[in-house]
Amino acid sequence: MTFDERYFDIGRLDRLSYGQTLVHRLDPRAKVIATFLFLLTVVSYPKYEIVALAPLFLYPVLLMTLGEIPVRFIMRKVLFVSPFAVFIGIFNPLLDPGTFAVLPGVHVSAGWISFASILLKFALTISAALLLIATTSFPGVCHALRRLGFPALFVSQLLFLYRYLFVLAEEAMRIIRARDMRSFGRRGTGMRVFGRVVGILFLRTVDRAERVYYAMLSRGFAGDIPSLRRSRMAPADLMFLLLMAVFLSGLRFFPVTEGIGRMAQEMFG
Amino acid sequence: MSHHIVEFKDVFFRYPDGTEALRGVSFRITHGESVGVVGANGAGKSTLLQHMNGYLLPSSGTVIVGDLPVTAKSRREIRRKVGIVFQNPDDQFFMPTVFDDVAFGPLNLGLDEAAVRERVLRALTTVSSLDLQDKPPHHLSCGQKSAVAIASVMAMEPDILAMDEPAANLDPRSRRLLIGLLKTFRHSKIVASHDLDLILDVCERCIVIGNGRVVADGPSGRILTDKSLLEANSLELPLSLQRR
Amino acid sequence: MHMADALLSPAVGTTLWAGSVAVGGYASRRLRERIDDRAIPLMGVLGAFIFAAQMINFTIPGTGSSGHLGGGMILAIFLGPHAGFLVMASVLTVQALFFADGGLLALGCNIWNLGIYPCYLAYPLLYKPLAGGSRSLGRILAASLASAAAALQLGAFSVVVETLLSGKSELPFGAFALLMQPIHLAIGIVEGLVTAGVIGYVQGARPELLEGMAAARPLGAEVSLKKVVATFAVLAILTGGALSWFASTHPDGLEWSVRKVTAGLGLKEAEEGIAPVLKGIQEWTALLPDYRFKPKGGRPGKAAPWPEREAGTSLAGIIGAAIVLGVILLIGFGIRSCRRRES
Repeated sequence: MTFDERYFDIGRLDRLSYGQTLVHRLDPRAKVIATFLFLLTVVSYPKYEIVALAPLFLYPVLLMTLGEIPVRFIMRKVLFVSPFAVFIGIFNPLLDPGTFAVLPGVHVSAGWISFASILLKFALTISAALLLIATTSFPGVCHALRRLGFPALFVSQLLFLYRYLFVLAEEAMRIIRARDMRSFGRRGTGMRVFGRVVGILFLRTVDRAERVYYAMLSRGFAGDIPSLRRSRMAPADLMFLLLMAVFLSGLRFFPVTEGIGRMAQEMFG
Repeated sequence: MSHHIVEFKDVFFRYPDGTEALRGVSFRITHGESVGVVGANGAGKSTLLQHMNGYLLPSSGTVIVGDLPVTAKSRREIRRKVGIVFQNPDDQFFMPTVFDDVAFGPLNLGLDEAAVRERVLRALTTVSSLDLQDKPPHHLSCGQKSAVAIASVMAMEPDILAMDEPAANLDPRSRRLLIGLLKTFRHSKIVASHDLDLILDVCERCIVIGNGRVVADGPSGRILTDKSLLEANSLELPLSLQRR
Repeated sequence: MHMADALLSPAVGTTLWAGSVAVGGYASRRLRERIDDRAIPLMGVLGAFIFAAQMINFTIPGTGSSGHLGGGMILAIFLGPHAGFLVMASVLTVQALFFADGGLLALGCNIWNLGIYPCYLAYPLLYKPLAGGSRSLGRILAASLASAAAALQLGAFSVVVETLLSGKSELPFGAFALLMQPIHLAIGIVEGLVTAGVIGYVQGARPELLEGMAAARPLGAEVSLKKVVATFAVLAILTGGALSWFASTHPDGLEWSVRKVTAGLGLKEAEEGIAPVLKGIQEWTALLPDYRFKPKGGRPGKAAPWPEREAGTSLAGIIGAAIVLGVILLIGFGIRSCRRRES
């Protein structure tokens, strides 16, 4: 992705995060906790597990539909970051000598099974992470982290980072465009030019930090960023968490998918 | 009503690199006055404003705000009385949402939550930005950000309001709204700007700064019509006074 | 390279998270004690800078491939180890959330791999001794190269170890390491060059900035060698504890990993010696219930070490999965068309 594409990508995800659907309105703490529970559950499945992962897709699907997050957008992002997992995982089929009997008479290399497992887990975990930010604004996540015990200093500067991310990205774009207009077609950013662009950006950044600090002082800043709104978790949020816990533990500790398949087999002989 | 007074007594200021930005500036602004500060780029306008809330301390001379001389110790107190709105709203609007940003000042004043909320809502209503309260800064236009920046300072209910190029990023309509807003602000106002028409509209008195000195100080009506004075200081007559 | 959730096991993931959080808390506390007010906006804005800079790709001469800035070393050099670590952690957090780089569970690993090594090892032990307060570009370059390369080597090696201990990949230790280390040596050199470039630029344009930042950093924000060593000793003990928990919940798992490592390193004797010790630990610390499917008859393949090769790929499982996925799709489309009709 070019710089522009990345920038608009974040911008789009950021805009989605300020939506007002019922998913968006859940307490950020609940969503952060739910996401982590989900992630832990997904990765706790053994290496060769595939079918038990199927019901877990309900979570991202519900988030996307109820949260009105464009499906193709999420899928594209998942696909875009998949190379690493694929790259590492592809060795499984190559190196794992065992086989499984899948259907009577059909033998599949165990390596492909574990590779598939990796891919499925990848799709689940990455989409869960993206959907967390898509349905919870970044400041919301930060406040959740604060309430969950992360140090105030860390959270404050996280919020500043987010605030100035877009400003600095735009400044970087301006510097790059200025450079492009004088490059007359020579493609790509060489390392020396990169160093200079980054250097300029760095100096502007430091100056800006100084001005922001001055603005903060002018409005009475004395070392601590004040915060408001200690929101409490509503019954809806607690219900959501409970449902998640039940859903996840039910799936993890009971062979649900196999059970359903068995029932279908018995029903249709 | 001495707490609305701003006084510069023979103020000299030299930057660490040796640049002499102010060379013996003296003036007195009293309760309810609205004063424009004009001058060429680099004349010392911004440096002047930065002395008003103690961000910069004079190399020699005194700055007095209210009853207090501005020192490293007193500046915290002084910042409760003097509100400064900067040129670039992005530098000033640093919290995650509009509400948080406007609340920053009142919270630092030590007010309780209900009072803070009330001030925030009032300030936002004054600048007609109440509907923006939950938005993050990067979703706002320049004019909207400027409005929020002003609200964030007004929420502290300062006795003295100082502004550095307030209309620089505003479209004509927002600029008109700003002028209207400034006219309703009862307390002392100091506006540093190149927009001489705005100064003519809002400020009764005008100080011309040139090379770190006060070149002229008097009613705007007189100063801003003095063509030769203005041109000697890299300025022009206000556009509304120029013949087509 | 970033670690990914899909390759991680809960044990490894949570351990690294705990480690990163612990260090983060420590760094925050040290900074809190005697930091300059202006640090918070500076840290945040520099974090945004690193993030923005990372979005700019540059072409690496000679290879034609493109790379991007890591930033750990630059942050450590300009902000000191504690602030540098916190900012690096923030940058990675934003990346994990907005770009899904790796994942949220793996974020703990990534913060560790890309934050600890540059800030708490490479910077105090390599960069500072080599560069000192020197203005000589040559020394700065040498210091940047050495520290960036070292930090990235350690980071890459950690990814190998983390993947191995998680047990989801078949890559043997030796091959994986052979793959990762050279690549990251190249990346480390590039990072070192860029770091030196930025420092050189700033030094040329605004030398007082570097001195100012160094001076503004409070005493005690520096890290002493003794503390580093002591900390890593404690960490080694904790890791041992975590590994034994891991062993307890995955019988044979640790042995299998160790076997892989030792096979890779050619230490046959070590295997024999360790096995009974591990068994002892396993029995002593058994915690989670052992979950497995109902065993089916006719196990294919050889008697395999962990994990148990009885995963659900039976016919019933496949049918069940198909039904479940079908239902989920129906639900999804159903909700979507409901929403569309509403709006």
